[in-house]
Amino acid sequence: MSRYFTEEHEWIDVEGDTATVGITDFAQGQLGDIVFVELPDVGAVVDQGGDAAVVESVKAASDVYAPISGTVTEANPALEDDPALVNTSPEEDGWFFKLTIGDQSQLDGLMNAKAYAAFVEGL
Amino acid sequence: MVEFAGYQMPIQYAGEFGGISAEHQWTRTHASVFDVSHMGQLSLEGAGAAQALEALVPGDISALRPGAMRYSLLLDQDGGILDDLIVTNIGSTAGEHIAIVVNGAMKWDDIAHLREHLPDEITLTHQADQALLALQGPQAGAVLETMIPGTGALVFMSAGAFQWNGHFVWVSRAGYTGEDGFEISIAGEFAEELADALVADERVNPAGLGARDSLRLEAGLPLYGHDMDDQTDPVSAGLIFALSKKRRETGGWMGHETIAPILHGGPAAKRVGLIIEGRLPAREGALVFMGDEQVGKVTSGGFSPTLGHPIAMAYVAAAHAVNDTKLQIEVRGKRLDARTAPMPFVPHNYYRGAPK
Repeated sequence: MSRYFTEEHEWIDVEGDTATVGITDFAQGQLGDIVFVELPDVGAVVDQGGDAAVVESVKAASDVYAPISGTVTEANPALEDDPALVNTSPEEDGWFFKLTIGDQSQLDGLMNAKAYAAFVEGL
Repeated sequence: MVEFAGYQMPIQYAGEFGGISAEHQWTRTHASVFDVSHMGQLSLEGAGAAQALEALVPGDISALRPGAMRYSLLLDQDGGILDDLIVTNIGSTAGEHIAIVVNGAMKWDDIAHLREHLPDEITLTHQADQALLALQGPQAGAVLETMIPGTGALVFMSAGAFQWNGHFVWVSRAGYTGEDGFEISIAGEFAEELADALVADERVNPAGLGARDSLRLEAGLPLYGHDMDDQTDPVSAGLIFALSKKRRETGGWMGHETIAPILHGGPAAKRVGLIIEGRLPAREGALVFMGDEQVGKVTSGGFSPTLGHPIAMAYVAAAHAVNDTKLQIEVRGKRLDARTAPMPFVPHNYYRGAPK
């Protein structure tokens, strides 16, 4: 399994034809306490860079973008009851949604963990 | 950190006690210090300063005893709100020395407006080198009394001069959180020393702009530029209390001609509180509906850390503004159920004197 990162602070785990998407620990730290997560419907088609989910913190609503194009196959049901999972476990239990990978080549433009760490360091 | 009114300010602090919700809860249960030095600290000096200011604000300023404070509004010719502010009599009963604290984002416009309309004999000074630290929370009184003896005797909306560590400080018992607390004006060069001394008390932690916003929303306190602006009159904004009773009839303040008929006839729309079902907050700009009809618009909204559900302020057509009216708010194509509710959402906890 490979993990990729975007400049918009999403992470994406790739396993075969399926990808799991969430937001990074850095992102949740910036957003603060998350009170609601609006996830895409199963079957929704998302485009790379397009809106896929919305995270509501105490302060503001923030868009979460699709790191790659694909069709949503699952949304994390745990976030409905416990949106704070995004704060406590952003890169594991607090995942957002899974999707089919429409175009493997879109992964090429994403960062690995090391590159993302350097990117965050430079912010 | 964000830029706000030309200042670099923290939305929230890092560390064990940091984060908007944690800072918010700490303020409601202990005490927090907020750096609000971006706010404009002005003073008016000269014979008749209080009377002169009354031409521009609807409050009874000349009646303020020395050390007494009053919330008021700077109004334009059309009755629109240019800013909201706190006026303090820092001189004698003659009202020859008045302090004003205004919003940071509006201070340059306010200064220009005051200079244009006040008589030349009144000297307006912008205390640009003064810092302002707010200490807010139920333990603020005990904390500050230990540091600056005598401040504990101040009651809500009163102020006085004190010494701290050899520095002159002006302490006002007021704030923007709904809690008991103080605003401490001190020369900017000593502000860090004072902030360090405040947070050295284990009952005090720093808090940022995020918690300041969620606290004032729970307290039902409007935010200039969001819940009111120059297109809003004080009656619609629910700020009639800022129009001193005798001056509502007598007038003599800018904007009176426009506002008098609204006072008599009632406003077309009113600022109301909304309690929203579920967990999805409605933010500024969200439209408010009664069935198919759009009847209002949200001007501030967020999740209430104290209550555990979303709350908002909105302007709603007067017919639908009565308490406990069922309304809907549209957020990203969804309709959220909401009902109008009295403000504050969380009761104020001001210090009005020792129990008799």
